[in-house]
Order: sequence, then structure tokens, then C-alpha cells
Amino acid sequence: MRRILFLARAEVLHVVRDRATLAQVLVVPVLQLLVLSNAATFLVTNTPTYVVDFDRSSLSRGLVTRFRASGHFRVDEQSESPELANEALLRGDATMVLTIPHDFETKIMRTGTAAIQLAVNAEKGSAAGIVQAYASSIASDYALELAASRGASAGGSEAPPTRGAPRIDLRVRSWYNPALNYKYYMVPGILVALVTLIGTLLTAQNIAREKELGTLEQLNVTPMTRGQFIAAKLLPFWGLGMLNLVIGLLVAALVFGVPMRGSLLLLFGSAAVYLVAALAIGLWISSVVDTQQQAMFVTFFVMNVYLLMSGLFTPIDSMAPWVRTVSQLNPVRHFVTISRAILMKGAGFADIAQPLLILTIFGAVTLALAIRQYSKRVS
Amino acid sequence: MSALAGLFRKEVYHILRDRRTLIVIVALPILQVIIFGYAIRTDVDHVRLAIVDPAPDPVTLAIRARFGAAGVFEDVALVPRIEMLEELFRRGTAQGAVVFEAGFAERLARGIPTGLLIIADATEPNTGSIVAAYATAVVQGYQQDALPPRGAVRIVPSVRMRFNPTRESSNLFVPGLMAFVLTIISSLMTAISLTREKETGTLEALLVSPLRPWQIILGKVAPYLAVGFASVVGVILEARLVFHVPLRGSLGLLLLEGLLFILVSLSLGILISARTSSQRVAMMGALVGTMLPTMLLSGFIFPLESMPWPLQALSVVVPARWFVLVARSIMLKGVGVAYLWRPTLVLLAMALVLLTASTRAFHERLDQ
Repeated sequence: MRRILFLARAEVLHVVRDRATLAQVLVVPVLQLLVLSNAATFLVTNTPTYVVDFDRSSLSRGLVTRFRASGHFRVDEQSESPELANEALLRGDATMVLTIPHDFETKIMRTGTAAIQLAVNAEKGSAAGIVQAYASSIASDYALELAASRGASAGGSEAPPTRGAPRIDLRVRSWYNPALNYKYYMVPGILVALVTLIGTLLTAQNIAREKELGTLEQLNVTPMTRGQFIAAKLLPFWGLGMLNLVIGLLVAALVFGVPMRGSLLLLFGSAAVYLVAALAIGLWISSVVDTQQQAMFVTFFVMNVYLLMSGLFTPIDSMAPWVRTVSQLNPVRHFVTISRAILMKGAGFADIAQPLLILTIFGAVTLALAIRQYSKRVS
Repeated sequence: MSALAGLFRKEVYHILRDRRTLIVIVALPILQVIIFGYAIRTDVDHVRLAIVDPAPDPVTLAIRARFGAAGVFEDVALVPRIEMLEELFRRGTAQGAVVFEAGFAERLARGIPTGLLIIADATEPNTGSIVAAYATAVVQGYQQDALPPRGAVRIVPSVRMRFNPTRESSNLFVPGLMAFVLTIISSLMTAISLTREKETGTLEALLVSPLRPWQIILGKVAPYLAVGFASVVGVILEARLVFHVPLRGSLGLLLLEGLLFILVSLSLGILISARTSSQRVAMMGALVGTMLPTMLLSGFIFPLESMPWPLQALSVVVPARWFVLVARSIMLKGVGVAYLWRPTLVLLAMALVLLTASTRAFHERLDQ
């Protein structure tokens, strides 16, 4: 135990003495958390819209006004030229073109049904579907409004379309995040990403560096066992990771107001298991490769795969089926799931038992691998 | 000039001798684009639905059948009481739920407003809204067919999805991925190559040689530019052949822009290494400094328009943001230089500024 502590102390001193590393490890993550959490949103507001209004009637102007007032659309330009509209779409100045045909008002007055055209720049795919949904709902709300006023102007001879008729009273509820606030969802995720990135990078280059400097040979001739060696390498970075997590959660709670519905004890317990898994991967990489450069490339690759396949930014359910299966091997996926479930849904131990079990197995296996890999160097 | 040629030769040898690294550099972007092309998608085409139907009757069965026929819903649970949903949602077994009131058909027949509640797991707001929208559409469809309203006004939007009619996720994300993967690989390559020379002390030898700082930088950048270009070609081929991303614009223009973008990323790597002292700091800088910001601020996953303005302003300095724009415009919209001169100029300016700044950084080093 004393040997482990000595080596662990040496590692801590290495990090603390090097101001640049210390800043990278403690300050940069907080800054990134503060800034990047604002960037990660699929919500669509202020879609730049080009209006081509051939009708120029009071009803068509009313429709454009509804679009403006919704907060989802910003009408930048308006003309009667489809060519100019197309130009704006190609240049990227407009994301949607709303075209109102010349017989819009006449048709509504006569038949009650009129068409409008929406051309959406679907190149920005994820947003396009939402833009379309907003636009359609504005159009149908406006239609309801017109129907109501038509009913009123008809002097009540016709009953309002809803009363008396069989009607389903449809309500929609958004659980866990009724305000649809993306930050509540992203902040815990980005925090996990940062903690993982830093922990894995530091451990991955650690043993490789000792190899390059030749100090590993010195450690190899000490009476230290390989288990002790790995433990000593793991311990300080594990502590650092937990520290990062505490700071990050404070930022999440105080700056972003992320709800913390579940037990923090459970969260930190899971984090303790998770960090062992994440750091053991770093150590394993580090004992496989020869140089720091290789270590960085491998880590870079692994981290990219981890982060982009973890369901952190894009939902796991949308991935191709084989990717979904492979991502079961991704510890980041499980910890992201756990932390979101605990923080946002108030999940208890029974709810997260399965991912937690996978993490535990994963940690044990990678730790064993790291120890075994290192022993090869000794022989 | 022959000194410069010598430096070129030395760099090429360095790259070629270290086979493992060379393979990694060329193969990594291609491999990553494959994996992520299949992983980074936002389509919601499979919704796990729980149904709360305390007293099934013909109408609730008809609506449930419509959910089944919609093609996107998979029934995962049928429970009698709403309280039982909590656990299903907490475990992620269900993403959405439809809750029928008891005596549904009877109330409906008597003309009493009949409650139907749709619940969506909005932990991830985007998926949550889409799930709610799908479910609402199913119920409204039933209502329109089975219970037609009287004297209503309808405005029917006909929607055209321009440039990507099927809204295929890969068409959107693959061009973005190119930019993302290439930035990091390229900036990492030069960052490491230079700092290694610093650590092994061979940089001092280069500095006292008759080579001028700009020549050293040129000698470092040029060979890697060739390697990076090979990756660009590989990634474009892959986008066409594996993901069938359309290439509506000019291939030549795309390749040129790709080359320009690689130059910017390589210069970024040089600047990082010129300013840092050890491989550890350089790599942490290159990775921590570029990975998440490029992922998030390039508009490759999250639309830039949705970000608050300070972040939109910040994204202007992220090189990948401009290349994502260029690659998508050329591949999906098929536009030419007439529309792309602005991002191209920005990339050119970035290359110039970064190269000048790194040359400066070397001058300072000489002064010490």
C-alpha cells in the first residue's frame, strides 16, 4: 500500500507542477462546459424565411403575420419572384420559402380549403423536419382561427364546429423536461465527455511517456508488483476525474439549473465505477503502444468513437441497428444513460442496475487487461 | 533551395518509415467516416410505445390499430393504470405513451369530450417533440376519418424538401464528418511532428541551419499536405460509394477546397506546437482544444442558426465551420464559386494568418 501511495504521489506532483497541464485539466473543462452547452441544441428558432406572396390579400398577410409572431420564423425578405427566392435558398440566406398562391383568399372564402407551398432547405436535415412541423402547425392554427371567425360572422346560425360533435380531447405532455430545455439534457452529457476525454488522455500518455524517457525500466526493477503499479497509476487520475465531476456538477446546478432529481450518492457511486473503466482503457492503450504520439492517435480514435456513438449528441435509437448493438460495448454510453436517468428522471438503483452491471464488468475486464499487458513488458 | 529540398526529403522519410503512423493517418479518417455515417443520425423511425387502456372497447382498439399501422411505433407494454408508466419511462423501456380514458367509446358516442393523453419522454427535447408529433398525427388522422368536423377551414401546406428530399441523415452528416475528421487528424499530425523535434532537440539543429523559419514551416507542411489530400480523396470516394451522397457540383472544386482546408488545419497544428513546450501539452491542446469545439461549433451536428449569437460569432473562427458549409453546398446544392467565394476567402485568410503567426513564433524562439 505504501508503494502505491508513493508512486501515486509522484504522479500527482507531475500534474500539479506543470502549470499548463493543470490548467488544461481543471480550467479548460469548466470553460468548455460553460460555452459548449449552449451550442448543443437542435431547437429551431428564428428560421430565416423568404415569403413569396402572390395573393397580397388580408388573409395572406394574416398568415405571414402569424409566422412572424410565432417566434420560430424571421421573415427577412419578401417579393413576388420565385427566382429571387430560389437564389436566397441557394445562397443559404433563407432556410424556408413560403409561397402563397394568388387565389389563397378566394379559395378559403369559397371552398374553405386552400394550399400553400413550403420549400425547406433540407440540407440542414435535422432542423428541416422541425421547421416543417412548426410551419404546418401555424397554418392549421390559423385555419382554426379563420373557422372560428367565419362561424361568428355567420351569426351563429351554424354551431361552432366543436360543440356537440363527438370529439377527442387530445392532450400532449412532455415528461421530465416540459420546457424542452436542451441544456438540461446536454450539460450532464458534455460533462461526462470532458471527464472521460481528460482522464483517458492523461492515463494513455502516462506509461508511454515513461517508456520514452526510460524511467519505466527503473520502475520495473523495483519490488513493485504489476497490480500495484497499475493501481498507483490509476489512483491519482481517478481522484482528478472525481474532482472534475464535482466541479462540473456544481456548474451544472448553479449556472444551468440542471435538475437533480435522483440521489447524488448513487451518481457518484456509478461515477466511481465508470472512471475505473475509462482510465483502465487509457492505461491499457498506454502499455500497448511505444510512443506518446501513437498513444495520442489511438486515444483520439477511441475517444471519437466513444463520444459520437454514446448517444451523447444524437439518440442511440436513431443509429443503424448494428451500431446500436456495438455501442453496448461503449462505457460512455452507459454512464451517459445513467447520469441522465438519475439527474432528470430521478431513477433509483433498480432502474439503472443493468447499465451499472455492464460498467462494472467492463471495468473489471479492462483493468485485468491493463495489468496483463503491462506484465508483458516486464518479461 | 536545395536546403529546403533536403528538409522535404527528411520529412517524407519520417512519414514513410513510420508505417504504423502513416496507415493510421490515412486509414483513420476513412474508417471514422464509415462508422459515424452509420451512427450519427437523428431520424426517429422506431418509437417504443406504451399503451394505457383501462377498459378496451372498439374505438380504443381502432386507434391502437392505427398506431400499429403507422409503421414507426412498436408496442412495448400494455398497462391498465397510468401510475405504472413511471417505471417504464425511467428505465427507458418506453419513449412514449398513449393514455385512454375509461369508457372511451361510450363517452365519445354521447358527445362528451373524451380524454386522450399523449406522453413523450422529452429528456431529449428533439426526439420528444417528434414522438409527440407522430402520435398526435395518428390520433388526428383517426379523428378526421371517423369523426369529421363540420364547417372547418383547412390550409394545406405542400412541402418540398429541397436539396435532400428524403432527408437522409447520411447526406447531411457525411459531408460534415469529412470536415470534422480531417481537421483533427491534420492538426494533430503537424503538432506532433514539430513538438517531437523540440523534445528530441533536433529542432535546435534545424534552427541553426541556413533554413529560414518560413522554409522550415513549408518543409513541415508540404509532405503532410499530400498525406491529408489522400485522405480527402478517400473520404469523398467513400461518401459517394458507401453512403451514396450526391455530388451535384464540381469535383475539382471540392478537391481544391479540401486541399485548402487541409492546409488550414495543418497550419493550426504548427501554431499549437510552436507555442507549446512538450508533446503532452501540444497533444492535449490539439485534442481538448479542437475536438469538442469542432464537434459542436462547426454546425456539423447542431444547426448554427439555433445557437445564441455569441456562439455563432465564435464559430466564425472555427475552420471546420467553413468547410462544412462548402462541402455541403457543393455536394448537395451543386453550387459553384459564385456562391462560395466568401467561405473560400475566409479559409484562405485563415491559412495566411496561421502560417504567418507560426513563422513569427519561430522567430521569437530564435531570439531567446
